[in-house]
Amino acid sequence: MWHNLVALPRYRGLIQTLVVRDLKARYRGSVLGFFWSFINPLLLLLIYNFVFSTVMPGVRPADLEPYALFMFCGILPWTWFSSSLLESSSTLLSGGNLIKKVLFPAEVLPIVTVLANMAHFFLGLPILVGFLVYYQRPLDPVELLWFPVIVLVQFVLTIGLALLLSALTVHFRDLKDLLGNLLTLWFFATPIIYPISQAPDYMRWAMNLNPMTHLAISYQEVLFYVGPHGHWRWLMSLALLAVMTFLLGYFVFDRLRDSFAEEV
Amino acid sequence: MTPAIDVVNVSKVYRRFARQRQFATLKSALLKGSLIRDLQPDETFPALRGVSFQVPKGCTYGVIGRNGSGKSTLLKCVAGISRPSSGSITVNGRVSALIELGAGFHPEISGRENVFINGIMLGLSKKEVERRFDEIVEFAELQDFIDAPVKTYSSGMYMRLGFAVAIHVDPEVLLVDEVLAVGDQGFTLKCLDKFAEFRRKNKTILLVTHSLDLVEKFCDQALWLDKGQTRAEGESKRVVASYIIDVEKSEEQELAKAESARLAATASKTAAVAAAAEDVPSDPVTTGDAPTDMFKATEGRWGTREIEIMAVSLQGPDGQTGHVFHHGDAIRVSMTVRAHQPNKDFVFGLGIFNADGVCCYGTNTYLEEYQPDEFTGQGQVTFAVDSLQLVEGTYRLDVAAHKLDGYPYDYHRLLYTFRIKSRTKDVGIYRPAHRWEFSPGIRFKAPDAPRTF
Repeated sequence: MWHNLVALPRYRGLIQTLVVRDLKARYRGSVLGFFWSFINPLLLLLIYNFVFSTVMPGVRPADLEPYALFMFCGILPWTWFSSSLLESSSTLLSGGNLIKKVLFPAEVLPIVTVLANMAHFFLGLPILVGFLVYYQRPLDPVELLWFPVIVLVQFVLTIGLALLLSALTVHFRDLKDLLGNLLTLWFFATPIIYPISQAPDYMRWAMNLNPMTHLAISYQEVLFYVGPHGHWRWLMSLALLAVMTFLLGYFVFDRLRDSFAEEV
Repeated sequence: MTPAIDVVNVSKVYRRFARQRQFATLKSALLKGSLIRDLQPDETFPALRGVSFQVPKGCTYGVIGRNGSGKSTLLKCVAGISRPSSGSITVNGRVSALIELGAGFHPEISGRENVFINGIMLGLSKKEVERRFDEIVEFAELQDFIDAPVKTYSSGMYMRLGFAVAIHVDPEVLLVDEVLAVGDQGFTLKCLDKFAEFRRKNKTILLVTHSLDLVEKFCDQALWLDKGQTRAEGESKRVVASYIIDVEKSEEQELAKAESARLAATASKTAAVAAAAEDVPSDPVTTGDAPTDMFKATEGRWGTREIEIMAVSLQGPDGQTGHVFHHGDAIRVSMTVRAHQPNKDFVFGLGIFNADGVCCYGTNTYLEEYQPDEFTGQGQVTFAVDSLQLVEGTYRLDVAAHKLDGYPYDYHRLLYTFRIKSRTKDVGIYRPAHRWEFSPGIRFKAPDAPRTF
């Protein structure tokens, strides 16, 4: 495992090329092309905004203005997280040709998936900035320094889960279908469209066990709420958990590696 | 000198799961608590069993064997794509494996971008691909299409581009799995030229192929795999020769089995027909060698059996009964015949048909002016050929005994099969004995092997 892990940086050229290929290929042939990376999160936001402002405004949490901006702080990183997991669950299967016919480091595939989705996340950030400017939100530049830290923690956590999922899906194909539903539940169990303060007290402990809770709160604290980032202790413990998840994911992946060429 | 490829006692076991396991899911595995047990194989299948060989640097090494003998598994193990269950494989130098061409191509993006990505996947740096780019495109003959998305390529273009990239990785060890089957004649020749260039540069090639010709002409050494085990290894001509003998043996068994099945089917059918009507079948067989009938290629047996053909066998030059012969062999077709009553009106005939049902040759004793006198009891009729000049292929035999006017005693239509093997892949239905003559201005290179026609 350690041997393979140390060799991983050698593939950065390959990873880079494949990420660029993924990004290029994704919107090839569509009229709007790269703009979909901006439009997709925007449309998602419009839908939620429609639901909570027009269809059932009563559900909408009070004293949370501007609500659209609040949601957007959570939706954008969530999209990165959930698409990464969903895609990486099938990435080894769809890349079967590479694994079976070419000498190819398989772990590159889930890593590329996470990175490509991260690129989409970054492309969505200008919209967020646009919102911030539009609503004239005061931003504390010192607090903004936390932003890359949060992104890094999410990145490590997501890669760990992506490695684990991609390897297990080779053996249990139903994980993919299971995952779609699980992610929907996960989305609503994470304080993205509602603030954590609105969750009932007896659910707090469960929500605190959800790593995405702390990522969402961290994004909200840095980008939405005024005042210092008070959630950093949680974030640091999450960073530790993320590293452990990565090591576990890589360990499982490495153990199952030899079976890929036969099972894919 | 260290060998380029060193394979020591390599075995590869594939796991096979029972039907039940295939439908098992994570959920059911968890519910039954049998997750760990279900991951254990129910049955194993050895694809390679204790294979060892060495390929010296600069050697072109062929691997031959039937389908399912483990050739591709071996190549994948050498390429490092799958890991042997036991044993060790050492490869010295950069490896490029031509197992599936264009395996990493993405259909939506252009050929140009795919060349870069594929090259990097195969271990080149971006600069190295840049340097070789023009050469690659030229080799693939895709100058006009390189900026079109790969999904618009024909399968030939796709393969050519895949091959061009793989070959320009400039490996020290090249692994090739049957990829020459793609592309037109011209491209195949180009690939062979490229291989020849590799040989001149003293690079090592491991070639898995069904083309024995290629192994003989091209490889210095060869390995014959049979059911995952080494059957023969060494100088390629010798290995190929012993492989051919083995293939013929099993072809022989196959043909004999098919023939006896056919004879059994006909026997039961004619018995039924005979029981239904004690009569000659209505099929108006007027003369046994009438061309119109000869082209009606349905197998069967009919006739009154006043003279019965009891058995038919073919013998090769060694006098052994068989079904597989070589072009130019001396062959004897023997019929065991019996006249149930003394008979004064009889003709024995024979016809040879190729796989398309075309009559290659037909004759009988009457046409060759043997006047029947008398036939009593049981005897042998033999049609002997000193040198059978047929092109390679599978042939069927008609044998018949009938009256001078064509009234059939016993007619066996296409019931017997034999196969002719030839080193020369000439075509047609007939091969006249011949030679080529050239005036002094027209010269040919000396052939690799003495030509025996």
